[in-house]
Amino acid sequence: MTLDVSRREFLRVSATAAGGMLIAFRVPAAPATPTPPEPEFAPNAFVRIAADGRVTVIINKAEMGQGICTSLSMVLAEELDADWSRIGFEFAPVDPVYAHPGFGIQMTGGSTSTMGMTEPMRQAGAVARAMLVTAAARRWGVPEADCATAGGAVAHPRSGRRAGYGELAAAAARLPVPDGVPLKPAAQWKLIGRPTPRLDTRAKVEGSAVFSIDVNLPGMLTALVAHPPTFTGRARRIRDAAARAVPGVVDVVDVGSGVAVLAKGFWPAKLGRDRLEVEWDLGEAATLSSEALRQHYRELAGRPGLVAHKAGDVDAALAAGRVLRADYEVPYLAHAPMEPLNCVVDLRADSCEIWAGSQFQTVDHAAAAAAAGLPGAKVKLHTTFLGGGFGRRANPASDYIVEAVKIAKAAKAPVKMIWTRTDDLRAGYYRPMWHSRVAAACDEAGAITGWRHTIVGQSIIAGTPFEPMMIKDGIDSTSVEGAADLAYAIPNVLVDLHTTKVPVPTLWWRSVGHSHTAFVVESFLDEIAAATRQDPLALRRRLLQGKDRLLGVLELAAAKSGWSTPAPAGRARGLAVHPSFNSFVAVVLEVSLERGWPRVHRATLAVDCGRTINPGTVTAQLEGAVGFALSTALYSAITLADGQVEQSNFHDYRMLRLHEMPAVDVHVVPSEAQPTGIGEPGVPPVAPALCNALFRLTGRRIRRLPIRREDLA
Amino acid sequence: MITLEVNGRSVVVDVDPGTPLLWVLRENLQLMGTKYGCGAAQCGSCTVHVDGNAVRSCVLPVSAAAGKKVTTIEGLTEPSGAALKQAWIELDVPQCGYCQTGQIMSAAILLRQKRQPSDADIDACMGGNVCRCATYVRIRGAIHRAAALARGGAR
Ligand code: FES
Ligand code: FES
Repeated sequence: MTLDVSRREFLRVSATAAGGMLIAFRVPAAPATPTPPEPEFAPNAFVRIAADGRVTVIINKAEMGQGICTSLSMVLAEELDADWSRIGFEFAPVDPVYAHPGFGIQMTGGSTSTMGMTEPMRQAGAVARAMLVTAAARRWGVPEADCATAGGAVAHPRSGRRAGYGELAAAAARLPVPDGVPLKPAAQWKLIGRPTPRLDTRAKVEGSAVFSIDVNLPGMLTALVAHPPTFTGRARRIRDAAARAVPGVVDVVDVGSGVAVLAKGFWPAKLGRDRLEVEWDLGEAATLSSEALRQHYRELAGRPGLVAHKAGDVDAALAAGRVLRADYEVPYLAHAPMEPLNCVVDLRADSCEIWAGSQFQTVDHAAAAAAAGLPGAKVKLHTTFLGGGFGRRANPASDYIVEAVKIAKAAKAPVKMIWTRTDDLRAGYYRPMWHSRVAAACDEAGAITGWRHTIVGQSIIAGTPFEPMMIKDGIDSTSVEGAADLAYAIPNVLVDLHTTKVPVPTLWWRSVGHSHTAFVVESFLDEIAAATRQDPLALRRRLLQGKDRLLGVLELAAAKSGWSTPAPAGRARGLAVHPSFNSFVAVVLEVSLERGWPRVHRATLAVDCGRTINPGTVTAQLEGAVGFALSTALYSAITLADGQVEQSNFHDYRMLRLHEMPAVDVHVVPSEAQPTGIGEPGVPPVAPALCNALFRLTGRRIRRLPIRREDLA
Repeated sequence: MITLEVNGRSVVVDVDPGTPLLWVLRENLQLMGTKYGCGAAQCGSCTVHVDGNAVRSCVLPVSAAAGKKVTTIEGLTEPSGAALKQAWIELDVPQCGYCQTGQIMSAAILLRQKRQPSDADIDACMGGNVCRCATYVRIRGAIHRAAALARGGAR
């Protein structure tokens, strides 16, 4: 996705009741912000300056760990020439003014926050700065051109006058909004590109950062929900006498998606739920099993699917050359954010307030209003910090938000609904399970002449409002991304897709389709390299001529990892490179086996994500991506038996632990291109790099994730 | 009625004695820095100190903490605790941040036992604390840094 945000304009400014200034983009209406107690130079839509000079940046994104509060504050502060030590931020209310410039709704996803919001935030800062300069120049009776800004103040060097932004705020608010305010040339940047400590670190270290699970309201009840054991289940009969007998339990209500136990606190709610007896209608999902699905997918992979990409004549190529074939499989995956899903709702007769770590404010707000039976204007959604998102808190169905509002409706008191870890793993929304069948033809010189890739799995997008935008001619672009747009120069290519219909709820999961396609493409390419006795680096290099940014990260990672030198004794290296979310990442992992299990010693990554706003954030996201992807490759699978999810907690949905984490070296390609994704692109190449290293170590090719011990022996 | 000493303050709570300490801290005492992640001693998000030992408060009945000294992240004011917080800030460890208070509480026990922990010490002590964002590289770095700070503030 590319976004054109460079020509956005500021349409209006108005003095607020508090004497502040409001700056907005194509604003239908000002967000309802309570009048601040102190006169402020204006809130909104993205910046507010208090009379004491404090600057508040309004963040329209979910902060789920990716450092976006800091990055967006940096770009705004850069153009404002603000004093960085006086910068704070707060999360935006739900309002059209805060919509994603590409998707048109308020949301965080697709690794697009920096890409989409850098220019608007720069403009917000630049306009505020220009107005402060005008205010100062008028006050002093001097030409604006003779004034300069730095450190949160306007100065007139010739007369030695100086005024802090706070002092100028009220006057600036009365000025018209200027048009066409120029942005600083990059050469003058002081903040952008400089390693800058995150604004949210201290609160997170001290334990004062507020996640939705930390919100408390007077008289609030806690709700735990007994969900049906299958995804098509409904409660048929509820026997709740024992549950209600637990001291502290207040009520038991059937909300359709499950049976909620309301209590004065988590523990009585838990004890009550443990004592609840529900007879369930299991529905059609009762017969589902991962093993049967695997068989079914395998059969489908043998038949032609809907064509997602076609070039040349792949059948002819496969008939003529030496042919390699393989099947690859990956399971359903849970997002398992560290903070399990939860939501706080205060529903009154004619108002509803919600606290949630939402990645999908517009959608969640509308769904909550519908569930509450209130007009949108009566519903207020507060975005808190997210204890991890990875896509789970961006659900077109707003499942857990709607569930919480329904419970609140029955409760007649403020409610905090908490999903236990088991609920979080079992109650749905997973990265789909995928089966890939690949075949490649090679000529005698080892050149790949044909590539066929058949993909089998569920669509994430089908049935959601995103369908018109993201499904074309029956192809869900997120099912085939990273495969249909294969970067390698191969003359004859066919990528086709079988979209299955399975009653298992699916959702985007950090890196979406790339999370499976990169594993297949980068593993199979390695298979071809081995079969044709080519160096995996040399083969990729040959196939990527002209793809300068991909080649750039590939060469950089190879050089920094010492690819051309032998690995230390007992270790082997594996390589993978993959473009996603408009960025490019190459990974080399150095791996050994310890008591028959992979041990990753070192990860060397090279990334090209355009211009870097905060280098520390880029490094952190890639470090995290390595650990997240290793967890997945080594341990993660959601499996079904008799329609029920088998996993229940971190003992059987295991996470990588500190002692398993490799050292990570991140190398960033210097770039002046538009900033692109960084939260997701580090994930896709890690699993194939691991399996490629293991192949070199063991001679065994891993074609199914997560890795099993028997695949290594 | 159960009496405990939390962050140096004596408190009396009226709860079912089987209630895990975690929920007493969060719901009765409004100490929200201690987090719920799994409820089964599988993740370490709820780590607090009870009489100087790291415990998973999600599985410790409050009755077992009766009369004992409980320290949460809010009360971690000992010098090595301050060093840990400073090191965590210097290295910008947190991503989503949800696991971090538990990480710091576990690390505080390590620093109490070892002035200069090795990588192996860190591995052994921190294995029970999951970070879904996988901030482990920086957690390790911050523990080393905190140990240096606590030993004499080497910069
Ligand atoms: S919440 Fe206690 S160990 Fe996970
Ligand atoms: S920082 Fe997110 S779980 Fe550790």
